[in-house]
This record gives sequence, structure tokens and C-alpha cells, in this order.
Amino acid sequence: MAEESGGERNRTNAFVVSARKRTIQKVAKTAGEGMLFAVAAFVAVIVLFIFYFVARDAVPFFQIRGFSEFFSSTNWYPADDPARFGALAIIYGSLMVTLGSAIIAVPMGVAAAICLSDILPFSIRQYAKPIIEMLAAIPSVAFGFFALVVLAPLLQDNGGPLLMWAWWILVSPFMLLAVIVLSDLLTSNIREQKRREQLHILYLILFGMLSVFLLYKVGTILYGIQILTGTNALNVSIILSFMALPTIVSVSEDALQAVGRDIREGSYALGATRAETILKTILPAASSGILAAVILGIMRALGETMVVWMASGNSSQIPEPWFNYLQAIRTLTATIAGDMGEADQVTGSARFHVLFAMGLLLLVISFISNLISERIVVRQRKILSGQ
Amino acid sequence: MIELMIKKLLQLLILLAFTVTAAANAAVGTIVIDGSTTVGPVAKTFAAYFTKKYGVRVTVSESGSGNGAKSLINGSCSIAAMSRAMKAGEIGAARTKGVNPVANIVAYDGLAMVVHPANPVRGLSKAQISSIYRGIITNWREVGGPNARIVVIQRESNSGTEESFKELVAGKGVQITGSAETQSSNGSVKSRVSTTLSAIGFLGLGFVDQSVKIIAVNGVLPNVITVKNGTYPVTRPLYFYTNGQPSGSVKQFIELPKTAEGKRMISELGFVNH
Repeated sequence: MAEESGGERNRTNAFVVSARKRTIQKVAKTAGEGMLFAVAAFVAVIVLFIFYFVARDAVPFFQIRGFSEFFSSTNWYPADDPARFGALAIIYGSLMVTLGSAIIAVPMGVAAAICLSDILPFSIRQYAKPIIEMLAAIPSVAFGFFALVVLAPLLQDNGGPLLMWAWWILVSPFMLLAVIVLSDLLTSNIREQKRREQLHILYLILFGMLSVFLLYKVGTILYGIQILTGTNALNVSIILSFMALPTIVSVSEDALQAVGRDIREGSYALGATRAETILKTILPAASSGILAAVILGIMRALGETMVVWMASGNSSQIPEPWFNYLQAIRTLTATIAGDMGEADQVTGSARFHVLFAMGLLLLVISFISNLISERIVVRQRKILSGQ
Repeated sequence: MIELMIKKLLQLLILLAFTVTAAANAAVGTIVIDGSTTVGPVAKTFAAYFTKKYGVRVTVSESGSGNGAKSLINGSCSIAAMSRAMKAGEIGAARTKGVNPVANIVAYDGLAMVVHPANPVRGLSKAQISSIYRGIITNWREVGGPNARIVVIQRESNSGTEESFKELVAGKGVQITGSAETQSSNGSVKSRVSTTLSAIGFLGLGFVDQSVKIIAVNGVLPNVITVKNGTYPVTRPLYFYTNGQPSGSVKQFIELPKTAEGKRMISELGFVNH
């Protein structure tokens, strides 16, 4: 009680600070700064420690077995006698689903971010963004369960029709855009207005028919596909793209918002349409942020374990042909999770250390891609600031 | 003010006292079981029964036979449930840590080969199954089925069921084809086979239900009789491993399969009594 009234009194003459209070403030400042520094340093130290401990257990594998088998053979028989540790198919599987999810998630994510930031009215965006971000809150094991129990049988039973509809729904807007842009570009050089309009319509019809034919033809080919096993690279790529989407949408939307009203209005003032403003002004200005978003999303897909372990089929093979997303694959993360169980004292140390070698490989891949994205972001910033 | 503080303090003290006694209880009267997903249902049913009858808490986790062995060796469980015998390497590792694993047979289990209910194939020979898992036979047509590629489903390397399968059917030292899909539990193998037309997989007999079709191996279908008299070729014992000869409540637990009630529970779960 006495303390409180003392505080009251001090507040009345705000500029006079007692010596005791000054000391307290000084101590609090030092302690606060010290704590913040400790926390920041702790995070950095954690990263270094992870690198060190993973590498420490990964190196013995390469000492025992050398590099060539791990990176060049597809024979993965860690439990057999003699054991084989060819991880090529597993590395390939990891890259394959990461690429697959990027192909699905990046165009969709960036398009959704543009739509949210520049096309939808604020009242809708207010609700749409949190809903998209909700996707990130779904636990990965729930995604995995969905992939195994719902998506895999669906792909097996109705795979062909499903692929056809996906092709039509996803590709037709891009086709339409391409047709319009292409016929615009081809006629923009013609001076005479009447001739230009005629040619424009001709091109529109021509490319329109071509794209409809393409949509139809590829659609029928896809319709005829019979998917043998639903736990395959496609299934995992789809689910991983859902998991990467909220990151990509949210971070890219922030980047697009950060471009600022002045630049948008400047573009409109110069007579640019909304499409031109988005494509030629806002996207380039936000490109470094969008790239960061994409890398973050891809890293999420590369590092995901549970979904992949449940729904990829876990076959250590390189699909035939190599781009066949309809076959089961195995990834680095799933292998580490699945083989860790009896990997230490039973079949000798190589089997234990090979999993750390895989972990180290994953770390190195994400480290390199982070480094690359960092470089690109820095360079982009330099270009934009006109240096 | 002060009254309130004293009240709070008292509450805290009471809470603390409770936790301490609870922890002490746990240390005295808990049995921890870790290991095989195949033995899991038996262990869980026994656990529920045992807790009700003797008031001893039993926790069961299913992380695969290999993990069970590891937990026993590390001293983090008192019973390792395993669907295969301990390997020489594991026993060696246990000895160096001062653990003396003792095998106690719980029940016998037939390893059922299962396919999708719509698959017309009724039986395969051991050699045919071996060829399918080695990737030599890749189409159902080659074994009298429809013209469809076989989707081969196996268990992960951590599984005792996988080890038993390799030992009893595929042959020791055989390399299972790289295109074989790997699932992490009996349940997920069943769910994959029941939803995939051209799949083949293997399950502990206790896990088989209407959603999948059992096929005969060498002309014999697995059931209680054929497993018990050994005519079904893919039969194996299930174990509870303990550290040394069991005593106290662990001994009581281990001896459950010998009691009438234990035998009833085992056969209700689809396994075969010792």
C-alpha cells in the first residue's frame, strides 16, 4: 500500500526522478538488454549445435562406407546382411515431392496472394486471410491421415477423371490469360486500327481453338490413366502443397502489401491498367519478399516427415519413367523417421550413422537454399534502390 | 490479504503432497511395456484386466519389436513385447549393459497373407510369395489372377512381423524389391490392402477382418487349428521379454497367459494359446 501511494506522488512531478529509481532503471536496462542478447545468442548457438551434433554422427558413416555407394546406388537394404546403403533413390524421392509440391503451391500461392492484396476488397480479405492461415494450424499427422485414408483410395478409384478435372480447372485460366496476352502482343505493333482489331480477333479465335483442343486432348489422355497405387509421389505432392500454401500466401501477401500505396498510385497516375500495375510494378517490387515466401514454403515441404511417411508408399525406387509421379517413392525424412527405431546396437554402426548422414544432407540442402535466397533478396534490394 | 496468501500456500502444499505421493506410487506399482504392434492388443487387454484385478498400473506403448528390445536394454521398460526372438546382436548389447533378457512365450500367431476382397486369387505357394516380394513375379496374371501389376506391401525394418516374414516366407538374406511399399503398422497395412485392388500384404492373424481376404499358403489357410498344429507354414511365437527371471507383479503379469482368463483373452483377440 505504501509503495503505491509513493508511486502516485512521483507521478505528479514527473521530471524529478529519485536516485533510487534511477539505479533501478539502470539495473533493469542492463538486465533486459542482457537477457535479450542471451536469447538471441542462444538461438544462434542452437543452430550451430544441431549442425555440430548431426555432423559428428554423420562423418563416421562416410568413414566406414565412403561416398560413392550413398550417392550413386539405389539399393537401400540397411537391415540385410550384407547391408546396402544406396540412398540415391531416396534423395531423388525427396527432391521429386519437393518439386511437385512447389509446382502446385507456388503459382497457386502467389496468385492467391495477389488476389488477396490487390483485387479483393478489404472486407473480404479480412476474413479470407485468416482462413487460409488456418491451414497451417492443422497438424501434419491429420494431413497424413487424410492422404492415406481419403486421398489414396480416391486416386486409385477415380484417378483418371480426377486428374482431368484438375487439369481443366487449374490450367484453363492460365490458358485464357496466355491467349489474350499472346494475341495482344502479336498485334500491338500494327499501326492501322481497323486491321489491328481484325487481326486481334483472328488471333483470339485461332489461339482459343488451339488451347481448347490442347485442354481436351490432354484431358482425355489423363482420363484414361489408371492409378495403381494411391500412396504415391502425386498424393504426397498435393498434400505437401496444401501445407506449404499458407506460408507462401501469407508471406507473399505481406510482401505485396509492403510495396505501398504511393507506388501503386504512381503507376495508376501514369495511365497503367490494374493488370499492368500488378505485373509490371507491384510484382517486381515485391519479388524479393515473394521469393523468400516461396523458399520458406519449399523448405516446409522438404522437411515434412509425417505426411510423407504415411502417404508416399516408402518404396526406395526411382520411378520409371523418372517423371512418373504415380509411383510410390521414399524420402530422406521418412527414412530417418522409419529406420531410427532399431538403428543403433543391432546391425552395427553404419546403419545408425547413415541416418545422420541423411539428416546432414537435408541440413546442407536447406542451408544452401537459404543462402541463395538471401543473396537474391539482397541483390533485388540493390536493384530496386537504384544502386 | 495475508489470509488469502496463507490459503493459497496451503492449497499449493496439499497439491505438492499429492504429486509426491502419486509419484511414489507410480515408482512402486507400474509396469511399463514397450514393443511390437502385433503383441500390442494382447498387452493392452492384459493391462486393462491386470489393473482392474490387482490395482497395478500398466502402460503399453507400441513402437515395434526392435524398439521394445532397445527399451528393455536401456532399462526404460520392464517388459519388451516382441513378435520375433531377440537377435544375437541385441542380446550381446543387453549383456554389456548388464541386462539379461529372458524370453516368455505369450501366444502363437499365424502370419496371414492378405489381398483385396475382390482379388480372385485364393492361394499362393511359399515360392510364389517369395518371388513376388523379390520382384520376380510382378503381375497377378502370372499366379492365376487378373492382368494387373502387383502392389507389394511390406512392413518397415523396425517390425518383428517383417523379420518373421523374411525368415519364414521370403527366405533369409533375400532382398525385397525396392518397389515394395512400406507401412509402419499392422493397421496401416490392412487399410492399404483393403483399399487397393491389386495389393498383397501380410498381417498378424489377430488383425485380419472382413475388409481383407486371407489367401492360403501352400494350400493351408491360417486359423486356430492349423496354427496350433503347425500345418500352417507361417507360424511364430510372440514374446514378453523381461530382464532376468521376473518377480512380483511383473511375474504375475507374465503368467497371465497360463491362466484360464488369460487364455480366453488371447483367443478372443484371434491369437493361439501356447
